[in-house]
Amino acid sequence: MAQEKTKTRPMTMIQALRSAMDVMLERDDNIVVFGEDVGYFGGVFRCTEGLQAKYGQSRVFDAPISESGIVAAAIGMGAYGLRPVVEIQFADYFYPAADQIFSEAARLRYRSAGGYTAPLTIRMPCGGGIFGGQTHSQSPEALFTHVTGLRTVMPSNPYDAKGLLISSIENDDPVIFLEPKRLYNGPFDGHHDQPVVPWSKHPLGNVPEGYYTVPLDSASLYREGRDLTVLTYGTMVYVAEVAAREAGIEADILDLRSLWPLDMDAILNSVRKTGRCVVLHEATRTSGFGAELCALVQEHCFYHLEAPVERITGWDTPYPHSHEWAYFPGPKRVAEAFKRVFREA
Amino acid sequence: MTQTPLKFYVPEPSGRPGQATDFSYLRLQPAGAARKPPIDITPYDTRDLAIGLIRVLDEHDEAQGPWAEDLPDDDLLRRGLRAMVKTRIFDARMVIAQRQKKTSFYMQCLGEEAIAIGQSLALREGDMHFPSYRQQGLLIAQDYPLFDMMCQIFSNDQDPLKGRQLPVLYSVPEKGFFTLSGNLGTQMPQAVGWAMASAIKGDTRIACGWIGDGATAESDYQTALLFAHVYRAPVILNVINNQWAISTFQSVAGGEGITLAARGIGSNVASLRVDGNDFLAVHAVSRWAAERARNNHGATLIEWVSYRAGPHSTSDDPSKYRPADDWSRFPLGDPIARLKNYMLKRDIWSEQEHQELQKACEAEVVAAQKKAEAHGTLATGRTSSVATMFEDVYKDMPEHLRRQRQELGV
Repeated sequence: MAQEKTKTRPMTMIQALRSAMDVMLERDDNIVVFGEDVGYFGGVFRCTEGLQAKYGQSRVFDAPISESGIVAAAIGMGAYGLRPVVEIQFADYFYPAADQIFSEAARLRYRSAGGYTAPLTIRMPCGGGIFGGQTHSQSPEALFTHVTGLRTVMPSNPYDAKGLLISSIENDDPVIFLEPKRLYNGPFDGHHDQPVVPWSKHPLGNVPEGYYTVPLDSASLYREGRDLTVLTYGTMVYVAEVAAREAGIEADILDLRSLWPLDMDAILNSVRKTGRCVVLHEATRTSGFGAELCALVQEHCFYHLEAPVERITGWDTPYPHSHEWAYFPGPKRVAEAFKRVFREA
Repeated sequence: MTQTPLKFYVPEPSGRPGQATDFSYLRLQPAGAARKPPIDITPYDTRDLAIGLIRVLDEHDEAQGPWAEDLPDDDLLRRGLRAMVKTRIFDARMVIAQRQKKTSFYMQCLGEEAIAIGQSLALREGDMHFPSYRQQGLLIAQDYPLFDMMCQIFSNDQDPLKGRQLPVLYSVPEKGFFTLSGNLGTQMPQAVGWAMASAIKGDTRIACGWIGDGATAESDYQTALLFAHVYRAPVILNVINNQWAISTFQSVAGGEGITLAARGIGSNVASLRVDGNDFLAVHAVSRWAAERARNNHGATLIEWVSYRAGPHSTSDDPSKYRPADDWSRFPLGDPIARLKNYMLKRDIWSEQEHQELQKACEAEVVAAQKKAEAHGTLATGRTSSVATMFEDVYKDMPEHLRRQRQELGV
């Protein structure tokens, strides 16, 4: 891991993401940051606060409310030779940019035989658990993992957020960088009735101030256990942790970090060791990314499996407002699934 | 109170098969009538030019009016004529090649040759084009080898795009020609983004976006105008109004009762409407727009009024939706004939030179085709290695693609 010897300090995920952009704006003149409310105001989530004042309007600027325009302009800039880091205010609002992301950014290198590339990073706050209702809670990752040519990444803590964002910005492929907004200020295990713990109380909230990277295509074994493999990412990492504890199960909790392309070796090593696998995500179930994970596990680990692979996900409904906690796959539902995997064995 | 029933309205062209199109909707202006504003004109003050028509060449083959001042030199006119003739011959040969099943598909630019070629010759090396699929003239005007174009069309073992792309969807970085997409309109806001990048870096290069009348209905077109306006991007936004989007008349794209250039005014982009079959006008207006962009006065939208003389593609039969003799009635004529006649009248060109040019271009196209076909055509199946199908999806081939390539056994 490339790393400068710098001090660490406690950062929230917001501060860590901002620090990643700050570091990269400083290191590379070709990096530009733009999106809705990203410039002067510093972003509706404060992720770009102070960057315009530090680097000027031609490096960090506000954009019209036009997702397709933001991504299209970034593609044109990438063709010129810049490295745009753009923001879509909520993942729920990427749909107007779908044509530019799917048909253009993802395909430029292929269709031009390497003549043109799209070295962009598209940041999108995603996920629920914040009473965001239908259009501030979605987890559209499966729509990206299905598209050839894209990389889809999702951090679960400040340390990874900064290191993965730097890697994404430096990567020459287009990266969809999904940020679970529920984790912006602190880890969240689904116990919504309990006070939120800030990142300053969590070891992964301690972040180096300078440049470092967390490699793409590499999962992290968040907790080690021998009974069960949990394949998950984002907010569900913490739900898995607390659910395993409450169910009294020693689980390997694999935080995938890079959803696609992914770290297949880490998955195989864990499932072949434990013989049981549960896939967890907030996104809706049918044709969700979990389906791909289940298929890969049964394809590559069939003779090691001692129980059917379980999927715990959001329901196949739009994300509701008042029924937030009946929708969100919280620790209770997850713990039940963990136990079920053993009952059926 | 009585209420009249609402009526649903669907625009229709005046001419269908067996009829004659009434071209009065074109709102023509005589050559020389439209003024030439200073390059720093306020976009709103171009509104007369957005609904008028800038023309230089009149019906007596003479150059008229303010846009005829400072005309290109004779060599450039010869280059332009040569590129137009070559493009038309190239198109004709490739249509035949498609009929012979040497390729699956082709698209001509018959009748629209002056626009891409005139603009190309008004720009500088390093400027960047974001074309649609009917600007092959940009490549031919810059002497990009016909051989390479044909190899792409034939998807053979020398295809620069390794057989991945549909014929005519070229990608030529060394000629400032952005990779063509099948998805309409996407390239317009990308052109604006490229121009923004050039301004961000304090460069002097500008970008040109290209789109047809039909595709201006795509949301990306509005987005391009918006971003061009907001950031005063150094970009030329070209709309080729050839009156037809496959079978759909331009009125269905929103061209009825108003010009397409007029939409630029609402977006605060300087907007001009120009005779697209008048090489001199194309060159003069392109140069004006390029100077405007280069001097930080912002974007220009240009509606080029022309006519799609040929079928939409080799998969299209226009006789099913428009009069067969429509082009012969189109009031702005044939761009090659008009430039040729102007040059003949000025005595810088002769019938004999023209015939020699035709012959030379024929010979060049035939020789390139022979050479390209020696590397295979779609019919011979001599293509790039199948293993290359898995390359360039990402910069480095990920594990899953490596496995899939092995699965295919290549």
